[in-house]
Formats: sequence, structure tokens, C-alpha cells
Amino acid sequence: MNTPPADRKYTTTHEWVRVDGDLVTIGITAFAAAELTDITYVELPAAGTRVQAGRPFGEIESVKATGELVSAVGGEVVEANSALAEEPGLVNSDPYGRGWMIRVRAEDLGPCDTLMDAAAYEAMLAGGR
Amino acid sequence: MTEFAGWQLPLLYTGIAEEHRRTREGAGLFDISHMGRIELRGDDAGPLLQRVCTRRIDDQQVGQSRYSHVCNEQGGILDDVIVSRYADRWLMVCNAANRLRILAWLEEHAAGRRVTIQDRTESTMMVALQGPQALAVAERRLPMPVRDIGRYRFVTGEYLFFSYTVFRSGYTGEDGLEIILPASLGAMAAGFLGELLEAGVTPAGLGARDTLRLEAGMPLYGHELTEAVDPISAGQGWCVDLTRDFIGVQALRRVADQGPARRLVGLELEGRRIARQGAVVRLGERPVGQVTSGTLSPTLDRSIAMAYVDAALAVEETALCVDLGGRPTPAKVVRLPFYRRK
Repeated sequence: MNTPPADRKYTTTHEWVRVDGDLVTIGITAFAAAELTDITYVELPAAGTRVQAGRPFGEIESVKATGELVSAVGGEVVEANSALAEEPGLVNSDPYGRGWMIRVRAEDLGPCDTLMDAAAYEAMLAGGR
Repeated sequence: MTEFAGWQLPLLYTGIAEEHRRTREGAGLFDISHMGRIELRGDDAGPLLQRVCTRRIDDQQVGQSRYSHVCNEQGGILDDVIVSRYADRWLMVCNAANRLRILAWLEEHAAGRRVTIQDRTESTMMVALQGPQALAVAERRLPMPVRDIGRYRFVTGEYLFFSYTVFRSGYTGEDGLEIILPASLGAMAAGFLGELLEAGVTPAGLGARDTLRLEAGMPLYGHELTEAVDPISAGQGWCVDLTRDFIGVQALRRVADQGPARRLVGLELEGRRIARQGAVVRLGERPVGQVTSGTLSPTLDRSIAMAYVDAALAVEETALCVDLGGRPTPAKVVRLPFYRRK
């Protein structure tokens, strides 16, 4: 359940990125969710907001810490996961599924080429971040 | 596991909120071996403690524990401690981060007095068993006589080949016990802990320890209590006896006479964002204070914080704002504690 799925890519800041055509779905990895511990709040941009590759799109908060969420791609937010407002814990319990965060219509998929695949991400974690 | 004051400690076992709830509803078990345990012996042990503690010590009975602050000459807090009187010695339990500093402070003021000071921290272990079920479970499952220990009292004795102390005190706002055993017990200590876990006690880590004490309005050194702050401003004037002579009393009398410039208050914030230490508290645009601790309270299901604010604003219901993530979040002053057990 917590193994990084092979159907997506990974950033050095522990987001996962799944590409379907020009639609890109972004969330955070099980590792990041576990580091944060109980997530209490996720701040996401509204649909229609523009995001930029490599820049923060929101914030995630737990009892332990507050962290930034970084978008791998630039484009327009098509949808934000409204379930997280009521149930931020979905990020802890299902980070790769129901804990997804935003869906972006990417204007350029180029930045995805330099992302890690699941094996490389796992290697990064094993190497001590 | 996380690093804390030079020790490796578990931040959590299963989840901070879950451990917190189970402590409030049943019983939680915390390893607090990292706390400093300093023994003082000799005719001048009591007088030395009288000199360094803000609280009256000389009328403390054997078997009694008292919470006190230790201040410097300026009335700044060096640590908050619990002082316990045994028949043949005194014990000061202090914060892990301050242990070496407190030892040095005691040694400095013990010069020329008939007192020996021994750091027992590494030769002992300490656990806290806290919650409404704590006493009942301890009575059923531990061989030490825990029934009938009064609040802030303790019993000490020998069981088989080792000595123990059981205090009825804690840092969660629940009833419970804190137990000191020799560190060398090994398998036997594991047996006691195993008995407690088998009885349904929840292992709880530093994360839950912090959210529990914060709900209970209890200060934490390094947050609400620092050398830059005095006990009166921190709302702990009750443990300061201004009629006696102790290190810092002059400065504290001045604070008491003039009234503190800032006071520690509780805040209830709107929304579910957490206020962090250092967050600015405002009245309108004007900065009027700073957050010292904050969390999302599992029991109250709201965002709570403790903060120092200008004394004039330290009044229940005062409407303020806290800068969270660069945005002002409405907050109101509430009385401490946020939570009181029934």
C-alpha cells in the first residue's frame, strides 16, 4: 500500500505526479505523509488558479509541522480534491488514491521528463533523502 | 524516533491524536526517562533547595512533591521542577534539556554547604501512566502499593531486590502515576510494562505528551518558560512565595508590585490551522504578543494556543488575531486550562 506506485513519477520534494494526456494529478507520497504524521489541514488552490512549475501551490499542515506543496508543472488547476477539507486524514490513509490533491491542465509536460520513476524515488529514500 | 534534548525518544507509536485520545479515555504510558533526576543529601540539602526554589520548601513533608520554578537573580526561569522529600534525601526532577545547567546551578550554590548532589538520571528509568484508568490498572497489574497515594504525594520502597518510587502526579491533566525504577532492571521492567500493555494501556510518545499538556494548560520549558520570562508573567505565581528569601525574589517582588507587562493566555483560534511558536499575535494591525505553543486539540477539536500578550489584553473574550501562514486568523482569549478532567 505504501510502495510508490509504478504508474507515476516523483519529485525530490516527495510529491507524486501522474500524467494522463495533458492532465496531471499531484499528491504527496506515503513517506511524506508519514513524516508529517496526522495531517490536520490541506490548503489547495481553487479551480481556475494558475500554478507554475517548481513553485508552491498550497500548504499541508499536521500537528508536527507545516509544509509546502510544490507543483511539478505549470498550467491551470482543473480540480482540487474537495474531500480533503472534511477529511485531511485521507492523505495519511490513502496518499496515492483518495488523498490526491490537484489536477492541472499542463501547458508544458517537459518538466516531467526530469522526474524520478518509482524505483529511483525508492532509491532516494533508501539513500537517506 | 526523534532526537530530543540529547535523547532518542519516540515521537509517536501509532498516531499522536490516537494516543492522546486513548490517554484521555483510558490510560497512556509514556517513557519519561530522559527527565533529569537529581538527588540531594545532607543537612543543608533542604536549605539549598529553599535558596534556589521559588516555592516554600522548609515545611514540605516526607512523601510530598511540590512543583516549583528555579530562577536566576533577575527572576528569569532556569527551569520548572518537581521537588520531592524522602526520609533520607531530596529528589529534584527537572527538564532533560536543563539537566546539566541545573546541576551546575545547584553545585555553585552548594559551595561550602553540607550537601552532596548526585545525578541519578542515567542509573534510573521513569515512566508515566496517565488517564482515568491509570490507577485502576496499576493497582491490578503492578506489585507496588499504589492504592491511596494522595495527589502530589509518593511512596517509595523495595520490591524483591530493587527500590521504586511511585508518584501520583503527571503532565497530562489526567490522574495518574509517575514511576522511577532502576535502569538496570532490564527484563523485569519490561515485564511490568508488558503487564500494563496487556491490560490495554496505550504506549504514547512525545507528540501526544505535548498535545495533552497543552490542552491542560501546562507550560513547557523552552516555550512558555524561558530565562527571558518570570514565573508571574507565566501565570505560575502560585508557586512563588514572595515572603521568603530565594534567588530572584527581589526581581519577582518588583514584577508583582508593578504588574507584569505581558501575561500568558490561552487562545482559541477560528479555523483549523495550527499556530506555531513565534507566530505574531495582533490587535488589529498592532503586534501585541507571540504564540509560545499551538496545536489542533484532539479533545476540543479546535485550534488552540498559548501566547504572551500585553497584560491589558490578557482578559477573557478579548478578540485578537494570530498571523498564520501570512494571514491574520481571528482568535479569542480564553481561560486556561482548555481542558479539565471530570
